[in-house]
Amino acid sequence: MQIDHVVCAFCGCVCDDLTVTLEDGRVTGVKQACALGRAWLLGHSAEADQPPALIDGQPASLEEAVEVAAQILSQARYPLIYGLSSTYCEAQRQAVALADLLGATIDCCTSVCHGPSGIAMQVVGEPTCTLGEVKNRADLLIYWGSNPAESHPLHFARYAVTPKGLFIPRGRKDRTVVLVDVRPTASARAADIFLQIKPGRDFECLWALRALIRGLDLEESAVADTGLTLAQLQDLAGRMKSCRFGVLFVGQGLTQSRGKQMNTAAAFMLVRDLYAHTKFAVIPMRGHGNVTGIDNVLSWQTGYPFGVNFSRGYPRFNPGEFTAVDVLGRGEADAALIVASDPVATLPRVAARRLAQIPTVALDTHGSETTKVARVVITTAPAGISAEGTIYRMDNVPLRLRKFLPSPYPSDEEVLGRIVERVTQLRARN
Amino acid sequence: MLRIINGEVYDPLNGVNGEVRDVCAADGKIVSEAPDGKVIDAQGMVVMPGGIEFHAHVAGGKVNAGRKMRPEDHREMAIPRTPLTRSGVGHTVPSTFATGYHFAQLGYTTVMEAAGPPLGARHVHEELNDIPILDKGFFVLMGNNYFVLKFIAEGDFARLKDYVAWLLEATGGYAIKIVNPAGVDTWKWGRNVNSLDDPADTFPVTPRQIVVNLARVQQELGLPHTIHVHCNNLGVPGNAQITLQTMQAVGDLPIHVTHAQFNGYGGTGWGDFHSGAPELAAYVNEHKNVTVDMGQVVFGPVTTMTADGPWQYRLYQLSGHKWVNCDVEMETSAGIVPYRFSKRNAVNAVQWAVGLELALLIEDPWRVFLTTDHPNGGPFHAYPDIIKLLLDRDHRAEVLEGVHRGAQKRSSLKDLHREYSLFEIAIITRAGPARALGLRQKGHLGPGADADIAIYSKAADPKEMFARPRYVIKAGEIVAQDGRIVQDKPGRTFYVAPGYDRQIESAIRDDFEKYYTVSFENYPVQFDHYLPHRVAVSCVRE
Ligand code: SF4
Ligand SMILES: [Zn+2]
Repeated sequence: MQIDHVVCAFCGCVCDDLTVTLEDGRVTGVKQACALGRAWLLGHSAEADQPPALIDGQPASLEEAVEVAAQILSQARYPLIYGLSSTYCEAQRQAVALADLLGATIDCCTSVCHGPSGIAMQVVGEPTCTLGEVKNRADLLIYWGSNPAESHPLHFARYAVTPKGLFIPRGRKDRTVVLVDVRPTASARAADIFLQIKPGRDFECLWALRALIRGLDLEESAVADTGLTLAQLQDLAGRMKSCRFGVLFVGQGLTQSRGKQMNTAAAFMLVRDLYAHTKFAVIPMRGHGNVTGIDNVLSWQTGYPFGVNFSRGYPRFNPGEFTAVDVLGRGEADAALIVASDPVATLPRVAARRLAQIPTVALDTHGSETTKVARVVITTAPAGISAEGTIYRMDNVPLRLRKFLPSPYPSDEEVLGRIVERVTQLRARN
Repeated sequence: MLRIINGEVYDPLNGVNGEVRDVCAADGKIVSEAPDGKVIDAQGMVVMPGGIEFHAHVAGGKVNAGRKMRPEDHREMAIPRTPLTRSGVGHTVPSTFATGYHFAQLGYTTVMEAAGPPLGARHVHEELNDIPILDKGFFVLMGNNYFVLKFIAEGDFARLKDYVAWLLEATGGYAIKIVNPAGVDTWKWGRNVNSLDDPADTFPVTPRQIVVNLARVQQELGLPHTIHVHCNNLGVPGNAQITLQTMQAVGDLPIHVTHAQFNGYGGTGWGDFHSGAPELAAYVNEHKNVTVDMGQVVFGPVTTMTADGPWQYRLYQLSGHKWVNCDVEMETSAGIVPYRFSKRNAVNAVQWAVGLELALLIEDPWRVFLTTDHPNGGPFHAYPDIIKLLLDRDHRAEVLEGVHRGAQKRSSLKDLHREYSLFEIAIITRAGPARALGLRQKGHLGPGADADIAIYSKAADPKEMFARPRYVIKAGEIVAQDGRIVQDKPGRTFYVAPGYDRQIESAIRDDFEKYYTVSFENYPVQFDHYLPHRVAVSCVRE
């Protein structure tokens, strides 16, 4: 059987024109996907290849696991709910409902990738656009601290560099592509111009560009420690001012290096300044699957995009206080629920270690470093393959993930819903 | 079943003006008798249909970006969870749950989201579904849509009509929204239009052509609500002229001019900025095909958010505040700028006066509705303050004394002595909006209507009265009592399905596949998932 227009939930590109072939309850063919998407889609079957749940490493039923999970979370004084990037919005809504019910802290992968972009937006705003505007209009693309060739493999071909668009009749030929990074990454091949800056000097470069775009005269010495010459910066500033529609893509090289939200704020302000000359947009290269979705769900349900604490009965936001790395690193969280992510593999060691010390409940489609240390593991159906729901592309465009392969496992939404229900009962009893 | 007895009933659609009579409900509807069931003794109370928010920004990508960018706003108002209700935050950009509870606590039971981009329709619905209690719907942005401009440029009215019908169905939307027609299209290159005859960029069609064609489409499709227009040059001195020209352009086709306050200014610059309300009101008084809503300014913080990208950029330049812009491929744009209306600012004072002038100068209350264009002019929870300003001229005069003298010198407000009656308040907050929206089961208390009812104590201070209804009833069940939410349940979503010739899909597919970045097949919303509690409102073709 062949299924068209399949939406890929693996990275922020959310390509929605894949074709999947199914034979005997397995995905046997995937067309139009990149290697990452293909591997993700091929990695699942309709058969049960792992127990529905584990409690202390021993196989258990879903009912038993939900019960223990609900007990753990409702007995905790400072529970943390974390992850949620690789699941769909309907499940994310249940997770926020659970956090609200428990008075928990809830955080998502944003806090360790594009949290600084979110903070910059709260400080200065954000002039942006959807990816179709890039395809249809952008004649200048600047990638800063971002390596889409590896993180978003089809980004160049689908949205930005090569496609022809409404006002870009010749595709690649009508665009200039600039890559700014601390080393020549795989994305450098796609660029016309590669500018290698010194590590940790993003802010200085961006600030120098702002000055040049405002028409200030800079001395060579003012940019001496950026790794770029004044001439290189002047050239870039000139291109930014004279393009018709420019787009600055900012990646984790910018958000996770020295300066963090100051870097992204500088990038956003630079783009804002360019409105005096032309049309420009900035787009954060949001990574994982539906990390943009949890950002949105948290914002509409609580007002804040990540790092939300409900311990006073209403949502509070304070990055550094209520973000997972900090809540775990300081040893505050005394139980955790991890959904669709692998923090033990990705968070700093002290935070990961805490997850092993406290009772942790993990929902995932497959084993991970986190499921290895978790007290309760519940296997769930993969989003966009065996579970359906809403996903937000990195530019906030919502799409519907479909279910085309049956699964022996319940969806994240269902499991979270059952935990919510059980915790509600336990609360009512007390 | 429910019986409300001894109340003073204001039900303008049924001509009931303060008479004491019973109101009964069964199975979510108003019925003529309810022999048993709960009885509410509304002695000394006012009974009205549930309020209808005619135009507010409460759900979707733009609203959510507003929430995201304004943590400082949320810290002004925290709403703790209760065993019945979810927690949330306020103030100008409340979270979804808080939005539903807040409206219900004010006696409102229906809200229309004023502007959603088709590409973001799923997002609009996801948020609408997380707004508890209220019934809702959303207006679909079309005034700068690629295919709308294209079919107008090609003079292909039949296709235009089919496309609009297709788009309404693809989005689960309710009405045609037009924002700065042609201007937003040119904004995609950083420009704007400023007359009704300046062309768009993608296709050489003018605001005049866009408005007139869509007004005809609305009529021919028999959509329940008229075109809903945010005129060109919003916020700019002298813009009352283009507002008048827009109304003139459609001749006697029905048109709704939204947040008319923001489009009701005279003058040539900020120096001679003054009210243009008398001219607009005079036109509205003469033309029964026109309705407007106030877009009243409330002094204090607001979050301005519109699809009018160039205006929001201009407001950023004027204010220096943080600024979000988001251009949406093929369809529209959006901008957000936090702002604060100050009593001591001459321009703000005039803006405040203009909204009130419109409400007082337009003689027919059925054609002017109470809005703040939430959260642009002010947050919706300021409605009780505005109602008091309309009901009580002494109070109004007192407030006018306390604001910048510009409001007295550059508007006619001080000369307006009209006072609204409770009957008229019921018109501009429920009966009128229901009629203009074509929601026949809303806004009245006749048998068959939805049993959405607000019961207020008759307090000496109308602000207190309207800020805290004694009972709010939604679909026959009490949802709020004395300002407390006592029941949390989902509301329904209204949509229209006017029908179209399937050929339209092949007519747009080519360009769609070339210029959008989502598949044609993945564009329409899945009704079962995004409109789980839906009600189709019928279209009546002429
Ligand atoms: S680029 Fe991303 S969304 Fe597209 S197929 Fe590859 S992994 Fe999937
Ligand atoms: Zn509006």
